Amino acid sequence: MIRFESVTKRYPDGTTAVDDLSLEVPRGGITVFVGPSGCGKTTSLRMINRMVEPTEGRILINDEDVADRKPARLRRSIGYVIQHAGLFPHRTVLANVMTVPTLIGWDKGRARTAAMEAIEKVGLTADQASRYPAQLSGGQQQRVGVARALASDPEVVLMDEPFSAVDPLVRTDLQNEVRRLQRELGITVVLVTHDIDEAISLGDHVAVMRQGGHLAQLASPGELLTEPADDFVASFVGKDRGYRKLGFTETQVEADPERTVSLGEDVPAGRGWVLVADEQEQPLGWVDRQGSGGPVQEEELHRMGSLAEVGDSARVFLDAALSAPSGRGVVVQDGRVVGTVTPERVLEAIRAQGGSDG
Amino acid sequence: MIGGVAWSTVGDLLLRHIYLAGVPLLLGLLISLPLGWLATRYRWLAPPMIAGTGLLYTIPSLALFILLPLLLGTRVLDDANVLVAMTLYSVALLTRTVADGLGSVPGATRQAATAMGYGELRRTFVVDLPLAVPVITAGLRVAAVSNVSIVSVAALIGVSQLGQLFTEGFNRNDMGPIFVGIGACVVLALVLDAGIALLSRVLTPWLRAGVAR
Ligand SMILES: Nc1ncnc2c1ncn2[C@@H]1O[C@H](COP(=O)(O)OP(=O)(O)OP(=O)(O)O)[C@@H](O)[C@H]1O
Ligand SMILES: [Mg+2]
Repeated sequence: MIRFESVTKRYPDGTTAVDDLSLEVPRGGITVFVGPSGCGKTTSLRMINRMVEPTEGRILINDEDVADRKPARLRRSIGYVIQHAGLFPHRTVLANVMTVPTLIGWDKGRARTAAMEAIEKVGLTADQASRYPAQLSGGQQQRVGVARALASDPEVVLMDEPFSAVDPLVRTDLQNEVRRLQRELGITVVLVTHDIDEAISLGDHVAVMRQGGHLAQLASPGELLTEPADDFVASFVGKDRGYRKLGFTETQVEADPERTVSLGEDVPAGRGWVLVADEQEQPLGWVDRQGSGGPVQEEELHRMGSLAEVGDSARVFLDAALSAPSGRGVVVQDGRVVGTVTPERVLEAIRAQGGSDG
Repeated sequence: MIGGVAWSTVGDLLLRHIYLAGVPLLLGLLISLPLGWLATRYRWLAPPMIAGTGLLYTIPSLALFILLPLLLGTRVLDDANVLVAMTLYSVALLTRTVADGLGSVPGATRQAATAMGYGELRRTFVVDLPLAVPVITAGLRVAAVSNVSIVSVAALIGVSQLGQLFTEGFNRNDMGPIFVGIGACVVLALVLDAGIALLSRVLTPWLRAGVAR
């Protein structure tokens, strides 16, 4: 939906903020640009709505080069949320949210209706709509910022560190809200953050960027955790740093049913990784039945990886999933296999639960 | 009669004073708006522009009142000389004020406006200017009071307004008109100052709305 084609941005002072970036932001879902400070995330985001012009390369939205569109028109068609909300202090909440509908020429009644709808969507009241931004808390202001970006039903919404200025509790609320709104409206959200936890818990796709505006990896959060493309991504995702927080998250992870086999059982080729257990359903290990079939021998058993006990924290579940050779973490209760979980499954559960606050 | 001056005379002179000080204030503001905008829009223009307009203020008013007829080809007693001179002084004070006011708009707010799809001109009028009101009106209050005081010098070249009471009192060696003139000038300055302050309040309702709950 949004395609960067060999995009380079050099600022007049010679800083190369983005270097030969090519990537495609898929339609729908939340795509997160994440990376250390100064790696060119904001610059990349702003090139989408021409707040910054690329030095080389081009950006296409729905196969149309943004350079062919009038900047002001283009921007009116794209929602934008910035860090400190950037609300107009001299306008009421309602008037703030009516900004884009008015700019695109909707009549007052329609603009007002659309704005009120957006205000309700983000969980604010009609009473709050008549206030000035300074009369709202930081979190509420950020909600107004989101409402303002959504009021004219844009297909694409850009968000630059939208939650970094609010306290962690409020942040979790807002993250859930954005996720819910994205699902509800089917919009495409491109979100910039330097917080890898936020990227992993919020993103459907995560673009990890490194200093100098290089794309290190674009993948799903699960893939990023299981198959980091290189050392930079691995250390940035941080085998322990990245999901340390999950250790504090109580999450109900529903295990998928897993059929176990016993030692000596004949398993045909093509079944892939198969979980082996004894008569008491206690797990013994994994065996690979992709290429060749045959009875399961004790010597072929692969290590189990760590086990997750029903009721354990999300982190234990994720550990189990990441350490299993099959990519399916074994979940047990009183030592018996009750099923397995994939990393994606764990992440879904964390999201459903309300982000990865800690 | 007050201080040996007829009330009607004081009234007439007061109206003249308001005219000669007030009209240039408005003209000066109108001219300063685009100048101040240029100074914020093109950073390199700001220092020469602000220094340049500021220099105008250092020209002694009497010299300006006397020189302008030569430059403009007007008659010496023409109000135009005073109006032009006072406009220049207003521009001198207000260009910087407007530039400061526009510069006081938070960068995040301006960027948000641009990101919403405002063109530059429209943004200037509906976002930057309203937010610059407190700074601009503060400068306007200074300029108004300064105008009221400077314009009285024009009595020396025979253009009538409250300053005329000073020359009269001096010539007649009578403190009465002088005190009346001073009193009227002070009252006028206070009223203009309060009026602009009130206008500023009316134009900035968001500054007085109660804060976060
Ligand atoms: N207007 C500018 N002129 C010159 N250099 C700039 C400009 N804007 C950004 N840069 C530089 O370009 C690089 C990338 O900046 P950018 O703001 O895109 O990074 P970022 O990833 O968003 O960082 P952060 O997480 O700190 O917001 C940085 O080195 C920055 O200093
Ligand atoms: Mg940034």
